[in-house]
Amino acid sequence: MTTEHTLQIEGLQLGYGERTVIDGLDLTVPPGRITAIVGANACGKSTLLRSMSRLLTPRGGHVLLDGKQVHRQPAKALARTLGLLPQSPVAPEGITVADLVGRGRTPHQGLFHRWRHDDDLAVAAALDATGTADLVDRPVDELSGGQRQRVWIAMALAQQTDLLLLDEPTTFLDVSHQVEVLDLLTDLNRTRGTTIVMVLHDLNLAARYADHLVALAAGRIHAAGSPAEVLTEDCVHAVFGLRSLVITDPTSGRPLMLPLGRHHVREDATVER
Amino acid sequence: MTTTPTAGTSAPTVTPTVAAVVRVRRSRRTRRALVCLVLVVVVVAALGASLVYGQTVYSPREVLDVVLGRDVPGASFTVGRLRLPRAVLGLLAGTAFGLAGVAFQTMLRNPLASPDVIGISAGASTAAAFGIVTLGLSGTAVSTFAIVASLAVALTIYALSFKDGVAGIRLILIGIGIAAMLESLTTYVLSRAAQWDLQEATRWLTGSLNGARWSDVVPVLVAVVVLAPVLLHRSRDLWSMQLGDDTAAALGTRVERTRLLVVLAAVGLIAFATAATGPIAFVAFLAGPIAARLVGPGASLFVPAALVGAALVLVGDLAGQYAFDHRYPVGVMTGVLGAPYLVYLIVRTNRAGGSL
Repeated sequence: MTTEHTLQIEGLQLGYGERTVIDGLDLTVPPGRITAIVGANACGKSTLLRSMSRLLTPRGGHVLLDGKQVHRQPAKALARTLGLLPQSPVAPEGITVADLVGRGRTPHQGLFHRWRHDDDLAVAAALDATGTADLVDRPVDELSGGQRQRVWIAMALAQQTDLLLLDEPTTFLDVSHQVEVLDLLTDLNRTRGTTIVMVLHDLNLAARYADHLVALAAGRIHAAGSPAEVLTEDCVHAVFGLRSLVITDPTSGRPLMLPLGRHHVREDATVER
Repeated sequence: MTTTPTAGTSAPTVTPTVAAVVRVRRSRRTRRALVCLVLVVVVVAALGASLVYGQTVYSPREVLDVVLGRDVPGASFTVGRLRLPRAVLGLLAGTAFGLAGVAFQTMLRNPLASPDVIGISAGASTAAAFGIVTLGLSGTAVSTFAIVASLAVALTIYALSFKDGVAGIRLILIGIGIAAMLESLTTYVLSRAAQWDLQEATRWLTGSLNGARWSDVVPVLVAVVVLAPVLLHRSRDLWSMQLGDDTAAALGTRVERTRLLVVLAAVGLIAFATAATGPIAFVAFLAGPIAARLVGPGASLFVPAALVGAALVLVGDLAGQYAFDHRYPVGVMTGVLGAPYLVYLIVRTNRAGGSL
């Protein structure tokens, strides 16, 4: 049902004030797949994501959606193709789940607040997909962290975009909710063909869930490709400055990174395969 | 109240989830429509009462005749020249204050960030008092002067509170400080005036509808007719911005443009209304929160807040004129209502750990 959209970045330069965060970055987001961006703190992950949805205007280079510059496109039209869930969105006090998710319909509505049956259907579908339908009349500020995150994702789903960008959708969630959210995004990708780009903190979850892994270091792409290609001991050392052991995850066949700190690690740990 | 959870089937017919979504939306709409209707009734009743009631009580019939332009001995002057401009000015100023207040509060996501708390109204009233009392200006010149001054104040507050973006709390504290400075400046201007009567003074200190003439009404009418649609047109963008600037932008809102238009429109409304009535205390500050409490979360607040603003000014003016032995200007009445709420908000904020 979705058309394949291409998202391409060429020679991108980004910064805040006098600080340059991204300097000359090229990236092609594979359509219809899940891309995860990983990297150390302050390496420009969120900045990169923000530039893809025109929240940040590039100083140089281009972000191209279907070959056209994202920053030149009408805001609303873009919002119907490309959605973004920022890291810490704010819920207005007392707003109900149905209302918040309904906000996702904004780019589909005309000048005069016409709410159509389509909008109800989209909201309901988003609630069903995220398992939040039974929360529909609850105030968002009363929900648990995991529920709240699912509601925010539902809002992004109600926007019905073919591309969805998420900035650390699993932060502040406990491990079971992290997995729940990532499963949900995978469902979305598989059933609707939505192209997903997300910044993730957890390397192992990124390797588990992403089709395409992008490792960012100091505003440049250190490596990009399949998790098996990207998540190597050398890469972890280059990107995070951390010694590690990368083994094959017996449950998924994907790479699994075990950090080697100064304590609790056997002398011969690196040798063990 | 709870609905049957997701069955997972997405048939085109109405699933329980769709029904629940529709129900929540309808109940919110119904409540908002009902609240607006009641507010309209209150405003119309207050408007009617302020035309009928006074030293001489005229019948609604006579008042209606005057409003329709027929000549009624006695009433034509009292109602047509004294009461009607006063009531219409009250209606328009209340609308303007209500709209501007809720625009600022929504945009800055903080009930304390209303233009009468953060010094923008004070800027307009200081300028208007200075213009009238010291420079001898009148009419449009006063409004223009007030607008320029409140824009300058808004810009100053913005510039002073800018440090890696504008944080709400810093802006509010700086605004409160500037408001205090401007209010003392108003007092100084009034004290230096060659001659001023108490009525004139109270107008610039707390706001009043006393002595309203049609020539005062016209600029406010023009401001409301031109600027209110600008705000209403941006109401959904403002709503999106309540979810944070990034989310709003992702939903297709042009955040910077919206912010600029909303600030200009709101400052314009405040300045025109203040130039005519003085800073009617706390109407801008109270209208939004009262409207929000009435319509419940999630609904657009512009229309209800405008109605609450108008109702506050009209009812406050009626109460100030007739409820006590002594006549008080409307600003004293709204001030009595607003001050405790301001204290309550600050106390609550303090308890919540200062996270404004």
